[in-house]
Amino acid sequence: MAVNVEMPKLSDTMTEGILVKWLKKKGDRVDIGDVIAEIETDKATMEMEAFDEGVLGEIYVQEGAKVPVGGRLAVLLDEGEEPSSDAEEEPSGDAEEKPSGDAEEEPSSDAEEETSGETREEGSKEKEGSESRAGATPAKKSRKKAEGTPDEPAPHASASKESGRVRASPLARKIAAERGIDLSSLRGTGPGGRVVRRDVLQVKPRAPEKDAPSAPAAAAPTAAAVIRPSAGEKDERIPLSRMRTIIAERLLASKTQIPHFYLHIDVDAAPLMALRKELNAGNEDKPDANNYTVNDFVLRAVVQSCAAVPEVNASFDGDAIVRFADVNLCVAIALDEGLVTPVVRKAQEKTFLQLSLAVKDLAARARSKKLSPDEFQGGTVTVSNLGSYGIRSFDAIINPPQCLIVAVGAIAPAAVVAPDGTIVAGQRMDLGLSGDHRVIDGVAGARYLAEMKRLLEHPSLMLL
Amino acid sequence: MKYDLVVIGGGPAGYVGAIRAAQLGKRVACVENDRAGGTCLNWGCIPTKSLLRNAEIYQLLNHHIEDFGISIQGLSFDWSKVIQRSRKTADKLAGGVEFLFKKNKVDYIRGTGALSGAGQVGVETNDGDSTTLEAAEILIATGCSTRELPGLPINGKSVIGSRDAMTLSQPPKDMIIIGAGAIGVEFAYFYNAFGVNVVLVEMMSALLPVEDEEVSKALERSFKKQGIRSLTGTKVTGTKDHGDRVEITVEGASNETLSGEVCLVAIGVSPVLPQSYKPIQLDERGFIRIDERYRTSLPNVYAAGDIIGPPWLAHTASYEGIQAIEGMFVEGHTPRKVGVFPGCTYCHPQVASTGLTERAAKDKGLKYHIGKFPFSANGKALAVGEPEGFVKLIVGDPHGEILGAHILGDNATELIAELGLAMELEATWEEIEATIHAHPTLSEAIHEAAGAAFDKAIHI
Repeated sequence: MAVNVEMPKLSDTMTEGILVKWLKKKGDRVDIGDVIAEIETDKATMEMEAFDEGVLGEIYVQEGAKVPVGGRLAVLLDEGEEPSSDAEEEPSGDAEEKPSGDAEEEPSSDAEEETSGETREEGSKEKEGSESRAGATPAKKSRKKAEGTPDEPAPHASASKESGRVRASPLARKIAAERGIDLSSLRGTGPGGRVVRRDVLQVKPRAPEKDAPSAPAAAAPTAAAVIRPSAGEKDERIPLSRMRTIIAERLLASKTQIPHFYLHIDVDAAPLMALRKELNAGNEDKPDANNYTVNDFVLRAVVQSCAAVPEVNASFDGDAIVRFADVNLCVAIALDEGLVTPVVRKAQEKTFLQLSLAVKDLAARARSKKLSPDEFQGGTVTVSNLGSYGIRSFDAIINPPQCLIVAVGAIAPAAVVAPDGTIVAGQRMDLGLSGDHRVIDGVAGARYLAEMKRLLEHPSLMLL
Repeated sequence: MKYDLVVIGGGPAGYVGAIRAAQLGKRVACVENDRAGGTCLNWGCIPTKSLLRNAEIYQLLNHHIEDFGISIQGLSFDWSKVIQRSRKTADKLAGGVEFLFKKNKVDYIRGTGALSGAGQVGVETNDGDSTTLEAAEILIATGCSTRELPGLPINGKSVIGSRDAMTLSQPPKDMIIIGAGAIGVEFAYFYNAFGVNVVLVEMMSALLPVEDEEVSKALERSFKKQGIRSLTGTKVTGTKDHGDRVEITVEGASNETLSGEVCLVAIGVSPVLPQSYKPIQLDERGFIRIDERYRTSLPNVYAAGDIIGPPWLAHTASYEGIQAIEGMFVEGHTPRKVGVFPGCTYCHPQVASTGLTERAAKDKGLKYHIGKFPFSANGKALAVGEPEGFVKLIVGDPHGEILGAHILGDNATELIAELGLAMELEATWEEIEATIHAHPTLSEAIHEAAGAAFDKAIHI
């Protein structure tokens, strides 16, 4: 007799799974233990084995569909058994007397609901069925849901959308309409996946002006839109760490919501190399002395240029621009697990030496994971330096909600045309700037980079 | 014999839970020391509804029948038959539960269950044997018993609890009822209808203190008309049981010493805890503390129903029993806790409610509208001669969701279901208003009350 194949619970926290791939097709013979499909859980992609034997009679769920645990995926039939009728109408013995709760063990009781007269054939009527049932028997539906046994074989959210009808409570509809929230974008947690008030209230209110995509609204569209890679057996699947999750969310928000513009300027690095050499001279004998790095000069220039072009030390805040009094300097530091950007607060009040020491301290503590959470917060401008890897020039993604990031390339020898027209050997460095066009225009960015260039080419000014 | 589940207690939480577990294919035993069905079925909801029906009919014939142009001479009642009818109803239903046990292959064991060790339920059977059941999971559903008034022990004669009140050999001349919750109010109505002089004493400021104040006040007026004396906001300060009479000294609405042949104590319930090999964690009020999956502090021991605290209702207990069981045995099921539930009192006029009272809505700082419609403007109510009472809806602002519903009147307890459904489905007043209600029915008052919340009622 027909046995339904349901979405298995493959981990403690699993509530739904994605049917990545069918490894058997309709009509294939299946034995107990055969791998019939690949399922992606919240944790990993796993193989689904058959618990029964038979012939794969019908596949109800397409590859890529998201199905709640217990949701029907396919039906296994006895050899020679007709696909349609049994799965449908065979009411399991005493199903009528059992009000509910037995669906786990008696899969076909699920089917009993569908004896509306239509014969099951393809996915298409599946939808019609689900629509009419959604309207006709809400009570049954909610009952089913209460058992954690979804009765809808089709992938959840999209199914309701495709059938042109979002299942939502009247109250949820009203609140959503008032707040301009698209109900079909929500995941219902009510009976039968119905969108109820709490689902709507979870959505953060949108910024007032629609044409000003605000940073605070952020986060929304991310994960769902991911285009999934297809991973084979030899491929490794590394679950996202908390840090990677945050990086993914924030930078996706930045790149999709902030209108970036990019500028580059070429800096003569010879003077700062000379000054640096002078400052560090004789340090070999003095273990306590500070060794200034090229990056120290760049950071100093970043901070001091903010004084000359204060409009870059700012953030977009929906209906206003916030211009900050302090320069809180974020330094991008690469760790094995990912990128962190700890903050030097009130960097404008620090001397060159203090700034250099503060950054070294942050970097050391970042590597030993001793930074406190508040040391990551409140940055106003970020510097990313890939010079030590030989990168000459690059564009960085803005670290939201900031409006500026400076990308520092390697200092390299270059042939330079001197003012007198001769070609001489020089040392050059590329500075890139990514700006949030909502906050600053290209000219402000250009003025800022020009000021940095001026300071870096006259580095003694930065020692004052 | 090793069971998947042993349930201690065969009341609405226990027997329903046991049957559900059996339906899930589990090997189940249910231990009950009295009768299957528990208090509800044997000594609560069901037998009292039988008695109250007698009261309703008798009161109608006694006081209102002439309004209908019918006269009756020599109307009288046979008290023993009144009681008998109630007992028969209970017997029949208790038998029904036993049948359900059999049908679902639940082992029904008559005895007192105790937690005698990890995974063990010790049973002192009613015929004197003792045995131990092995259980993978245990559900405690032992419920509650009448709470006594300190210094006034229940003796079943002059001082009685609700259980005795269902089987008095004859109606007393006068009765003092302490406590005006559902039990006190129902018995006040019942005994008054059969000619007993009833005084109802309540410490809180209104009859049925959990109900909406407006409903409580209207009920108090109705009771006054019926001849029931209600002393609300009144404390009992002294008691004296003389055996044939009981004296109760009160302070509050009146300062006096009341005297009655019988005093019914209806001040609430106390938990009935099973004996345990290890102490179970209790809450401040002595009920078993459970977590979100109905688990107690002991491993594999769950609890549901009255034993885990208010609202002490059969329908919420059954719900909890099922939720606890499905949490145990249905993979992936997250048990739910009681949310919106109806509360019903079967005096006449009946009282039924669900959701927030107006005061609770106010205290929560919610914005709301009140939609009210009296049965005196409802055609059906007038036609059947039941114009008393009203429907009162508390409707949220601005979305119009139903925050609470309160009905006082004939058949209120049946009418409330619509509003429970509305709340569960998050319907707003507009869906209720847009629903065609049959004419003429009492339910039209709900329709009109929904409209009234936004000044759209027609018939008022």
